[in-house]
Amino acid sequence: MATYLLRRLGLAVITLWLLSMIVFFAGQVLPGDPGRAILGPLAAQSSVRVLDQQLGVDRPLVTQYWSWVSGLVHGNMGQSYEFRSPVEPFIHAALLNSVKLAALAFIVVVPLGILGGVIAALNVGRPIDRVISITGLSATTVSEVVSGVIIIVIFGVELKWFPVSASAGTGASDLSQLDHLILPAIPLVLVLFGYIARMARAGTIEALESDYARTATLKGLKRSVVIRRHILRNSLLPTITVIATQTGYLFGGLVIVETLFNYQGIGKLIYTAASGKDFPMLEAGVLTIGIVYMVATLIADVLYTLLNPRLRLGSTG
Amino acid sequence: MTAADTTTAAGTGGGTGPAVTVEQMDVTYKVRGQDRLALRDISFQIGRNESYGLVGESGSGKSTVALALTRYLPRNGRVSAGSIRINGIDPLALGNTSLRELRARTVSMVYQEPGRALNPSIKVGRQIAEVYEIAGLDRKSALERSEAMLRKVQISDPGRVMERYPHQLSGGMAQRAVIAMALAAEPSLLILDEPTTALDVTVEAEVLDLVAALRDEFDTSVLFISHNLAVIAKMCDRVGVLYAGELIEEGVAREVFDQPRHPYTVGLLRCIPRRGQRKDNGRLDTIPGFLPPPGHSLTGCIFAARCPIAEERCRTAAPPAFAISPTRSSRCYLHEQTPDLPRNTPVNVELVSHRDAATAIVRVQGLSKTFDSRGEAVKALVGVDLSIERGETLGLVGESGSGKTTLARALLGLIAPDEGSIVELDSRPLEADARRRPREQLKALQIVFQNPDSALNRRHTVRRLISRPIARLAGLSGARLRERLADLVTSVRLEERHLALRPSQLSGGLKQRVAIARAFAGGPRIVVCDEPTSALDVSVQAAILNLLVDLQAKEQVTYLFISHDLGLVRYLSDRIAVLYLGRVMELGPAETVFAGPHHPYTEALLSAVPSLDGLHTERIRLSGEIPSAADPPSGCVFHTRCPRRLPTGICESTEPPLLEVAPGHLMSCHIPLDELRTLQDTGQAP
Repeated sequence: MATYLLRRLGLAVITLWLLSMIVFFAGQVLPGDPGRAILGPLAAQSSVRVLDQQLGVDRPLVTQYWSWVSGLVHGNMGQSYEFRSPVEPFIHAALLNSVKLAALAFIVVVPLGILGGVIAALNVGRPIDRVISITGLSATTVSEVVSGVIIIVIFGVELKWFPVSASAGTGASDLSQLDHLILPAIPLVLVLFGYIARMARAGTIEALESDYARTATLKGLKRSVVIRRHILRNSLLPTITVIATQTGYLFGGLVIVETLFNYQGIGKLIYTAASGKDFPMLEAGVLTIGIVYMVATLIADVLYTLLNPRLRLGSTG
Repeated sequence: MTAADTTTAAGTGGGTGPAVTVEQMDVTYKVRGQDRLALRDISFQIGRNESYGLVGESGSGKSTVALALTRYLPRNGRVSAGSIRINGIDPLALGNTSLRELRARTVSMVYQEPGRALNPSIKVGRQIAEVYEIAGLDRKSALERSEAMLRKVQISDPGRVMERYPHQLSGGMAQRAVIAMALAAEPSLLILDEPTTALDVTVEAEVLDLVAALRDEFDTSVLFISHNLAVIAKMCDRVGVLYAGELIEEGVAREVFDQPRHPYTVGLLRCIPRRGQRKDNGRLDTIPGFLPPPGHSLTGCIFAARCPIAEERCRTAAPPAFAISPTRSSRCYLHEQTPDLPRNTPVNVELVSHRDAATAIVRVQGLSKTFDSRGEAVKALVGVDLSIERGETLGLVGESGSGKTTLARALLGLIAPDEGSIVELDSRPLEADARRRPREQLKALQIVFQNPDSALNRRHTVRRLISRPIARLAGLSGARLRERLADLVTSVRLEERHLALRPSQLSGGLKQRVAIARAFAGGPRIVVCDEPTSALDVSVQAAILNLLVDLQAKEQVTYLFISHDLGLVRYLSDRIAVLYLGRVMELGPAETVFAGPHHPYTEALLSAVPSLDGLHTERIRLSGEIPSAADPPSGCVFHTRCPRRLPTGICESTEPPLLEVAPGHLMSCHIPLDELRTLQDTGQAP
């Protein structure tokens, strides 16, 4: 178990390092240069060059990467080009906002998805299964841009049930913040529901058809007991992995949703940084999402291992 | 009858009537909107404390009978006609509560894969305790009773087994746990569906003994479902033979197997090698043709198309069940003619043997293979010395974990043996890695696997599957390739039309023929047959075995034949090597090894095999399971299970050498041959 964890951690570090390379070099390849982007198209070429020099972007790429990475290792994520100040406070605040939104979506979608999937599986081929499966699939295929706009129009503009903007403003109470977050969470829930429900459904069907489910039923156990005690634990194992990988997706989806709802989260931050060619901010943002993704996957793997005696205990004992 | 009535009836479970009565039962599956009859007009009874066997090949519907009795048919299946009574109760008429009651108290079931019958994420003890909890016991006493029950199924350390998860148990152990679970409710009917098919013969013997003993102790009626006729013969009082969803013959087990009265039963029995029958003196008979497709709408007898004596009336009107005697019935108009049923293949075939005992085609010396498993050295093979003579069939037997497959894989160059091992082909060393073997060596050694499904690339046509090795290994092309292809196809009795098909369009038997043709494509010298028929039905198996025998004569090849089925090995092999924990225990001419005196391990293997003739030699049983190859016992590795271990302590301390005890007969045992002969001849069980 310990060796497994260490290996997983090692892999995560390597993945992060690769990600940092990709992010950094891809970021530099984006057209235009930072000095020009900051000063605007009308600024003199000489002042652009001076600014570039101040920012250090005129140095060779490898040197820039090296100073960036060594900064990262010392906990310094770099200086924002745009704000001329360290990026950490921005990332920190944005991450916190995003976590709130993602957490809300998560709290809603995980139980809902699992429930939907299990109900569908218990009624395979019946109308309720079709409804859940088709709803899930349709919701998944519709992009957040589309569902987000529709939701804003219906619930925010027409019905006026919820505020359209996600930010409650500084000093707002938690409850009011929650109120503001409901609308933006819906597109995320819609996208994820289908995935989770489908996995939960597949896992449950497999477990229902298993020999051990038959054993349990033929013991004379009540169906509810068979499902609770014998089916769910085995059927939801694969779902856990899916949920964790979807965490990463959730953060990716935030870019669209946060922009749409004008919410100061990490997605919005990345979007703004990318369009403003604020590379340090962009790189730090993407790297942060990478870390979140990695941690989520790691947690899922550990959970999976803990819940699965076959992995926990090995084949002989 | 109201729900309350049935509950009390299910609860009492007593009575003097039969345990099970099935009358004119049809089971229908709805497939793509169409009703398909899976079982037709099934009637049988199981008396109190009687053991009733249902025997049939795959697709005969035997498991469907079990599912119908427990009312566990899949959602698209239903009992569409007839009636079922278990202890006088109709399970089909029960409400949910009474059905649960019936399952909890009256019927229990054990099936093929014990590992899958247990919930992988719940400890074994909890799973058994559940049964007692349903009966109303509290958790603590339920666990106590479970432990006692595990002791009853002869698990020596029940406390430890209770704390285990299913994957931590061996197959035999898991099946005992499942049996314990099934008997915990003291059911009046125990259904066993292929309970030992996934187990080794030695373990099978133990489990069967256990079932027989417990059946008496618990006074339980048994429905025993199996494809293995010998197991049914050993375990059952009466037997019913199922074919394509119909019960075609029924009677006292001994009588049915000694004097079958339905052409299908006759054919089935002729497909199985009997004691003393060998490839050169008694060819196996076959059943031509195929099972009618599911949902067929045949008029007349379902077996008519494959029956050598079918007449006009057989094809026009379905025969009723003729009562031959008060205890026998057969669904055959011509049941009186069955003793003289003509054979489909002649019994005597001239076989040209190319055997040359003087020339070793393969020589193996000091062959060892150590695997590394989580830092432990697992010795799969330890200093194996043997040679394979030109043109012979060398049978390789032993329990799983004995090293049979490792030996085959080392020969084929699929795994590299340990340093110092010698593997020679025609007195020249064989490259350890198949990828570095020259074409001549690759061509010389080929294999037929157990499961043709995974051995054949399902995206390729049969033509491509066979042509490729002809081109690659034999180096033929153009007209000569086509000629060789046609020759092979005829030899394995495939037809021209099969060439365009893909494996998924073929039955298991046909697929194995393709795999055999593929193995022979390059003109091999040695073909390793690794359990080539164990995934096949008995009637298909016979045809494949005949084919292997014919091909050996025609292509002058040598076989290394690996099988867990000692009957097959005896039928086919010229010499036999018995492996245990990666060591050769005994090696010699097939008849000598089988006739004895044998190595105690061979003796144990032989006495574990149930025989159709009902002739049982004095049996010795192996206790426990094959020890771990990571930590083999000291001295003779077999001493921990050997029923004939010497009291002197030499078996524990010194490993016996493999010595020639008679010309060509080698054995690794401290007990002198004469003493073994005395012990085994007098049938003296230890």
